[in-house]
Amino acid sequence: MIAVVQFGGSNCDRDAVRALSDLGFEAERVWHEDPLPEETTGIVLPGGFSYGDYLRGGAMAARSPIMKSVREAAAEGVPVLGVCNGAQIGCESGLTPGAFTTNASARFQCEHVYLRVENADTRWTAAYEEGEVIELPIAHGEGRFELDAERYEELEADDRILFRYCDEDGNVTDEANPNGSLGNVAGVLGDSESVAVLMPHPERASLPQLGNTDGRGVLAGFEG
Amino acid sequence: MTTYTATVTVRLKRGVLDPEAETTKRALERLGFELDALRFTERYEVDLDAADADEAEARADEMAERLLANPTIHDYEVAVVEA
Repeated sequence: MIAVVQFGGSNCDRDAVRALSDLGFEAERVWHEDPLPEETTGIVLPGGFSYGDYLRGGAMAARSPIMKSVREAAAEGVPVLGVCNGAQIGCESGLTPGAFTTNASARFQCEHVYLRVENADTRWTAAYEEGEVIELPIAHGEGRFELDAERYEELEADDRILFRYCDEDGNVTDEANPNGSLGNVAGVLGDSESVAVLMPHPERASLPQLGNTDGRGVLAGFEG
Repeated sequence: MTTYTATVTVRLKRGVLDPEAETTKRALERLGFELDALRFTERYEVDLDAADADEAEARADEMAERLLANPTIHDYEVAVVEA
């Protein structure tokens, strides 16, 4: 059972459950004050505005008690996917490197973006080809990826960058970077391949009725 | 025990872009002010009881380390005075 952790202010939890269910997974919302169910085989940290984005996006949720259980589960190899606010929570909790902070535009960016698959050799990207361009929606005010130069080089060397913002043809350019992210980074792996975060929303691009199913491959990563 | 006020100042590391500060700088310039740069800091004032100033500072330091600042993008400093 995939646990979609619902914090106060999460708002993509139902979308995640619906998209995962459509892919054939058993998925349930789990309130952050409740324990993770024993039968948890995967964890989604969904998008939204947990704790009203007070202090920094994801800062409060990252320190909530359930995150201790999430870190323990991740350490045991349970796959964890953080989306948008969940990506901020992942970074704030130390599950994944870097920080997602205020967009360079200083505006909330709500639009469709193109992403280039940088590493197709992970559970989260195995459905794609390396270099493939997919289209996903973004909706965030704090999505600019930041990391010090030394650790960014390590991240690149370790092939832990999953997606970069690009244009329709796959060119990674400043113009195609919606939020000023370092290296156009849109999604990264944690210390192990089982943990990933990304700012774009695969769960909003997974139902055929919505006209774009490019995100299904990311969610399919829970199959392992 | 003495009551102290610990002031925790959190600022972006040098070199990290601050879009809010840039926007504020441009707004000041539109009002006719001349300035070279503008930086935001966040300041938290924490009242707490501690045996001495060192203990108060150590506790405020841990608060900054564990929540108030994000070490990836922030530097912080702590100053303690008797309340």
